Amino acid sequence: MALDSKIPHGPISDKWTNYKDHINLVNPANKRNLDIIIVGTGLAGGSAAATLAELGYNVKAFCFQDSPRRAHSIAAQGGINAAKNYKGDGDSVYRLFYDTVKGGDYRAREANVHRLAEVSANIIDQCVAQGVPLAREYGGLLDNRSFGGTLVSRTFYAQGQTGQQLLLGAYSAMNRQIGRGKVKMYNRHEMLDIVIVDGKARGIIARNLVTGEIERHSAHAVVVGSGGYGNVFFLSTNAMGSNATAAWKIHKKGAFFANPCYTQIHPTCIPVSGDHQSKLTLMSESLRNDGRIWVPAKLEDAQAIREGKKKATDLSEAERDYFLERRYPAFGNLVPRDVASRAAKERCDAGFGVNKTGEAVYLDFAAAIQRYGTEEAYVKGLDANDKALVIKLGTAIVKSKYGNLFQMYLKIVDEDPYVTPMMIYPAVHYTMGGTWVDYNLMTTIPGCFSIGESNFSDHGANRLGASALMQGLADGYFVLPYTIGDYLAPDIKMGPISTDLPEFVEAEKAVKDQIDRFINNKGTHSVDYFHKKLGKIMWDKVGMARNAKGLTEAIEEIAALREEFYKDVKVPGSANEFNQELEKATRVADFLELGELFAKDALHRNESCGGHFREEYQTEEGEALRDDENFAYVAAWEYKGKPSDAVLHKEPLVYENIKLVQRSYK
Amino acid sequence: MKLTLKIWRQKNAQDKGGIVDYPIDGIEPDMSFLEMLDVLNEQLINKGEEPVAFDHDCREGICGMCSLFINGEAHGPDRGVTTCQLHMRMFKDGDTIFIEPFRAKAFPVIKDLVVDRSSFDRIQHAGGFISVNTSGNTIDANTIPVNKEDADKSFDAAACIGCGACVATCKNSSAMLFVGAKVSQFALLPQGKVEATERVLNMVHQMDLEGFGNCTNTGACEVECPKGISLENIARMNREYLAASLKG
Ligand SMILES: Cc1cc2nc3c(=O)[nH]c(=O)nc-3n(C[C@H](O)[C@H](O)[C@H](O)COP(=O)(O)OP(=O)(O)OC[C@H]3O[C@@H](n4cnc5c(N)ncnc54)[C@H](O)[C@@H]3O)c2cc1C
Ligand code: SF4
Ligand code: FES
Repeated sequence: MALDSKIPHGPISDKWTNYKDHINLVNPANKRNLDIIIVGTGLAGGSAAATLAELGYNVKAFCFQDSPRRAHSIAAQGGINAAKNYKGDGDSVYRLFYDTVKGGDYRAREANVHRLAEVSANIIDQCVAQGVPLAREYGGLLDNRSFGGTLVSRTFYAQGQTGQQLLLGAYSAMNRQIGRGKVKMYNRHEMLDIVIVDGKARGIIARNLVTGEIERHSAHAVVVGSGGYGNVFFLSTNAMGSNATAAWKIHKKGAFFANPCYTQIHPTCIPVSGDHQSKLTLMSESLRNDGRIWVPAKLEDAQAIREGKKKATDLSEAERDYFLERRYPAFGNLVPRDVASRAAKERCDAGFGVNKTGEAVYLDFAAAIQRYGTEEAYVKGLDANDKALVIKLGTAIVKSKYGNLFQMYLKIVDEDPYVTPMMIYPAVHYTMGGTWVDYNLMTTIPGCFSIGESNFSDHGANRLGASALMQGLADGYFVLPYTIGDYLAPDIKMGPISTDLPEFVEAEKAVKDQIDRFINNKGTHSVDYFHKKLGKIMWDKVGMARNAKGLTEAIEEIAALREEFYKDVKVPGSANEFNQELEKATRVADFLELGELFAKDALHRNESCGGHFREEYQTEEGEALRDDENFAYVAAWEYKGKPSDAVLHKEPLVYENIKLVQRSYK
Repeated sequence: MKLTLKIWRQKNAQDKGGIVDYPIDGIEPDMSFLEMLDVLNEQLINKGEEPVAFDHDCREGICGMCSLFINGEAHGPDRGVTTCQLHMRMFKDGDTIFIEPFRAKAFPVIKDLVVDRSSFDRIQHAGGFISVNTSGNTIDANTIPVNKEDADKSFDAAACIGCGACVATCKNSSAMLFVGAKVSQFALLPQGKVEATERVLNMVHQMDLEGFGNCTNTGACEVECPKGISLENIARMNREYLAASLKG
């Protein structure tokens, strides 16, 4: 099957407008006769559910949590981008478009990214109208801050809880539709398969996680907004329940999976503290606006710190190596995530790490506290030479900007970051790969759409900060509502779809068989035991830096682990009840397949780009070495029974508006 | 650390349930409370027993999914944190720890430590929103300036994570702190004013229908709230409610 990205013709800045002017529309009376299933109620699914219901469609929405408000999106900290140019610092739709394409290391589709930049300003208007309390300046206007990878201040935020506030906004819009009966919400339900009738997505099989009942649900279209698959690494910044099942199940039924190896490693996470660790906690990238990153300049000092003989505060300015400022003078601490992560790893690998395991660097706020405190002292007419006073004033300002993050750090690490610098290390965060979609956000299964982090589309090989929230809401509020209408227009006379069709019976049986297999397996190890093993292979061999040898080994090891899992996993309890181990088992089964495809994708891509760093392909200075000649394409994999048999399809990436150049932040 | 855990086990909503003792060893102070339960569950599974069911997801104090009544306190002995942020360094070697579900009529137990908090959602369906069309034809966000103080207060109210600790800790199982926070968020913003009357009436009405008790101003909710939602929000809701009742 040939990939058709369906990018509209014409100049880039007119594509979306022209597209909207020419699509098929569904008359409001007919929308009432069309059902749409939405899997996932994070920012992408939640905003889509609310908007499609608003337009008049019948929406059935599913999430595995007890309420849509708890979707993983709630955890996003730093902010959301929008080309509003409220600051007058030179921002524009074009500049956001340009930064995103460049930040993604030229592996994103131009037309999608431009559309994203175009609708970005609208997102802020929409959310504010819904009562989302974004940060304000004293004059009552919206405030902004800057994020990695850009030179303008275009990030809107609500303290360190932006995702929470945006999600609650989408949730409130959903609530309004639930109250009106236009959205039917299925909490604590997990989609375990998609149902395809005559080649089109027509429903899903879901498990009621409270009763264990397997249910059939039909619709005229199915939208998957199930989030990312970073938990394939076991340890990540993702919520514990985040999983790949929905995306993987549609992949197994025909949706191509694109760029699985593009994983974002976030530079500022709390380092791993021990074997019991269940997840990693992010410290928002916005901290890099004010925090300076460093390690000791001398190996002896690093060692003394690791042994507890010296403290960070014992080292003078001259004894520190502010390695980002040194290597990337133009962007300094605000280089993009992939660059910052690799630079930190490079220093730690060279022996300069500052925690017990040698896998941490400092994120230091002393200079910011000093700077803010002095300014505040002047503003208030106080003595700017009074050191204690300056620190007190400065600390208060830093607290007002990042208070909740500092508190989070204190609770986890038991050290006060206002006094001693934070320790941070890179961790798996976000997955840029996902189901392949065309310009309409439709997968290779007709009628099956994929939005938000679960699709591959807008970020290329690396996502700039504050862009995931933007994409999720753009897809749900403003893009899908148009494109799905165009698809559904011919279906208006179809009437409801019966769940008694043989395709439903068959899909339900397959789901039940898999569950029975787990329940009856008399194995010896828990699901987590296998998940942790998978995570270790992934991190060691498919993590921040990869090479052909490691990847080849990983592919074999994952396949072997998968076999062992099916033989030896133990799932207590029964199928017809609330059973969290069973939930985990079905999810880890999918991760065990996805992980292998992930490594296979990483192995075939003989270049370094964005979050994919192949050790064999780097410049003399240790920067990623892209190969545009041979790899300027999206790798879309078709399922053929086993991950090892997956077939590669290529969508060539054509850059008509932005010149492909070496990415430099020097 | 060596601990004795006394955990509420209840097979399902119909089961009567009861406390079961679990001795546990090798707990590190750096572990979170939920990681300690992970360790217990791993041991139970290896012994062929059923693990303890408990709710959790983000494990960083923001989703509101984790719950647990620990030694008689919602989210345990530390202040201003959720259970997933509670660390074992708050306990001592040899401690006995009681772990129970959040109890309230409006939060029925699903299994073990997992309760059903969808009553909170239904209160939100009744009015926890601003009725604006979601298809993007709104006015520019900066055309309505919002006083920074109001915006900050609105944010403080909106920071409620819907965990239900306020209900669990209240002797009347009142949901006033939660509903007060939701009402306040919108009441403080110009955008929310238009529907203020119906909003507060409908939400309070639904709150009563769900079987939450009344507020008798004990203030236990504020003390246990992991997000520092203040009683001021209850007062604001009462004012809004009174004004709305007078109007219509
Ligand atoms: C700690 C952290 C901080 C972040 N900070 C930022 C930031 O500052 N700015 C930014 O732009 N991005 C940030 N991100 C990234 C961003 O939060 C996510 O990419 C984004 O929220 C994903 O939204 P989503 O709607 O696609 O998916 P999610 O929010 O993950 O939602 C997935 C939904 O799918 C449901 N689901 C999944 N599988 C199934 C199934 N099989 N059946 C039924 N339901 C299912 C879930 O219940 C959930 O409702 C951050 C991420 C993390 C982890
Ligand atoms: S008010 Fe506080 S305790 Fe109550 S639900 Fe909200 S966050 Fe939890
Ligand atoms: S698990 Fe999310 S708040 Fe505790």
